[in-house]
Amino acid sequence: QEPQASGLPEYIKIVEVGPRDGLQNEKVIVPTDIKIELINQLSKTGLPAIEVTSFVSSKWVPQMADHKEVMKGIERHPGVQYPVLTPNLQGFHSAIAAGATEVSVFGAASESFSKMNINCSIEESIEKFGEVTKSARNMNIPVRGYVSCALGCPYEGNVVPDKVAEVSKRLYSMGCYEISLGDTIGVGTPGSMKKMLEAVMKEIPLSALAVHCHDTYGQALANILTAIQMGVAVVDSSVAGLGGCPYAKGATGNVATEDVIYMLNGLGINTGVNLYAVMEAGNFICTALNKKTNSKVAQASFSTGTIN
Amino acid sequence: ASGGYPKRVKVVEVGPRDGLQNEKNVVPTPVKINLINMLSETGLPVIEATSFVSPKWVPQMADHTEVMQGINKLPGISYPVLTPNLKGFQAAVAAGAKEVSIFGAASEMFTKKNINCSIEESLERFDEVMRAAREANIPVRGYVSCVLGCPYEGKISAAKVAEVSKKMYSMGCYEISLGDTIGVGTPGSMKEMLTVVMKEVPVGALAVHCHDTYGQALANILLALQMGVSVVDASVAGLGGCPYAQGASGNVATEDLVYMLNGLGIHTGVDLQKLMDTGTFICNALNRRTNSKVSQASCRL
Repeated sequence: QEPQASGLPEYIKIVEVGPRDGLQNEKVIVPTDIKIELINQLSKTGLPAIEVTSFVSSKWVPQMADHKEVMKGIERHPGVQYPVLTPNLQGFHSAIAAGATEVSVFGAASESFSKMNINCSIEESIEKFGEVTKSARNMNIPVRGYVSCALGCPYEGNVVPDKVAEVSKRLYSMGCYEISLGDTIGVGTPGSMKKMLEAVMKEIPLSALAVHCHDTYGQALANILTAIQMGVAVVDSSVAGLGGCPYAKGATGNVATEDVIYMLNGLGINTGVNLYAVMEAGNFICTALNKKTNSKVAQASFSTGTIN
Repeated sequence: ASGGYPKRVKVVEVGPRDGLQNEKNVVPTPVKINLINMLSETGLPVIEATSFVSPKWVPQMADHTEVMQGINKLPGISYPVLTPNLKGFQAAVAAGAKEVSIFGAASEMFTKKNINCSIEESLERFDEVMRAAREANIPVRGYVSCVLGCPYEGKISAAKVAEVSKKMYSMGCYEISLGDTIGVGTPGSMKEMLTVVMKEVPVGALAVHCHDTYGQALANILLALQMGVSVVDASVAGLGGCPYAQGASGNVATEDLVYMLNGLGIHTGVDLQKLMDTGTFICNALNRRTNSKVSQASCRL
C-alpha cells in the first residue's frame, strides 16, 4: 500500500500528549515518579514529541504541580522533543529555568471558551502569548500554538471556520512554528473537519498544521483520516486515550495513540513508532491509574493475546 | 479531499440479530419485539430481525418464529432474517419473512470452524435457498465474512473476497455485505479490498459491515463511502461483542455512524434522538453500558 499513490503523507509526526493533556484530565492524580516513568517509557517507543507537563500555577492545575520535578527528572532522548505548556511569561521563564527547550501556548477560536477557561478575551490571551513568543524568539526556543474549539465550543456551540483561521493566523504570525487545531469537545465530523481545514489552509501552510482530535463522539479516527487525506502530517494523540472530557462527564476525550498508529500502519504511513512499545507504556499507566485503557487496539490485543 | 460522498446512505440495523446473538445476556421475547418496534419508529429502512437457525446452535435466537410474528411490520421497512439452509428458509417464510440473508466467508478455515464445511459446499447449500427464494419472489442478501482478516488464517486476499462475492451475486443475492468480522481492517486494507471486489460486483450492490474491535470502523466506513459504497450495517448501542476477543467490542454503533453521516450532510432518514432512546432501552434491558460514544457523550450526569 503506497501512501503517496493515495495522496496521503509518507510520514506523519505523532505528538504524544498523554503525560500532560491526558493526565491533567484524569480523575486520579499520579505521583511524580510515575509521571517520570511513563515519559521515559514513551521516550523509547520512537515517538518524536512528548508533551511533558504544564508550567501553570498549581492553584489552577494541581495535577501538574510537580512540573519542575518532572521536567528535571525525565531522561531526555536525542531526537525527541519535550514541549511544555506555558500560559504566560512567568510560566515560560520557569520552564526554561527547569530545562525546557520547547513550549506551547493555548488559544481558542471561541470568546466564551477563552473567557471561561483563562478569564480573558481571545485578543487579551494573544497579547499574553505575544510576550512568550517574543522571549522565546530571543532564546531560540520553538513555540507550538494550540487553537481550541476548532470544530465546536461547549458554550457557543457552532464555531465559524473563518474564526479558527483568524486565530491560527495570529498565532502563526507571532512565531508559532506549528498550529495544533483542537476539536476540544469531539463534536467534529469529517464534514466539519474538511470545512475548517479548507479555511485554515488559506492562511497557514499545510506543513505547519496539526490536528488534535477528541474521541468523545467516536469521530476522532474518521476526522484524522480526513485531515491526512488533505495533507495534514502531524497528529496529536494520548497513550491509552488518557484524559476524559471535562465537558461531558464520563465521556472519553483524547484519541488513543495506539488506535491512531494502528490506522496509520494499515495505511502504509511511516511514524517511526513501535505500536507494541506504546501499548506497554499504556498498560503501565493504566495500572498506575487503576483504570481500563481507552484504546480499542490495546483492549483487543490484550484479549486475543496477539498483535494484528 | 479524496472523492465525493453518496447523497444518501441506507443504514442496515443488525442489532436485534447480530447484536443480541453476540451479547452475554439473553433477552426475553417481548424485549426483542419491543426493541424492533422502537427501531421501526426511528426511520431505519432495514432491521435484521432474527435468525432461523436451530436453537441447538444459537439459543439466543430460539424464539425466531415468535419474534417474526410478534413485531409490527411498518410499510417501507424491510425485516430480513438469517436462513442458513432450506429448512430455515421455509420456516422463515411460514413465519411471514419477506427477505432473507445467507452468510458466506472469504476464509476456508473460518467456514470449516463455523459451519463445518468448505466455502464451495456452503455455496451449494445456499443454492437451494436461492432457488426457493427465487420461486417465492423473496430477495436474498449475501454476507461475506472475514473480508479484511480471519481469526484463523490471518491475512485474507482481496481476490478471494471478490471471488466469493461474485459467486453469491451471480447466484442471485441482490446485495453483498462485506464483513470485517474481527475488526482488524484499516482504511488501507478496506480500499485495497473494495478496489478488487468492485471489479466483479457493481458498487450499488455492495454494503460494508465493519466491526469496531480495533477502533477502525468509522474510518473504514468513511473510506468505503468515498469509494461509492452507500449501504452500511450497524448495531444500535454497538450491541454484540467480538466472539474472538473476549471483552472487546464488535459491531459499530448505529448512533455513532448516523452522527458521522449527519455531519457529512448525507441523508439517512434516521432520527438520531429516537435511535439513542432505543439504545438506552436495550442497554437497560441487558443491564449493560452502551458502546455508542455519541450516547455516552450525551449523558450529562
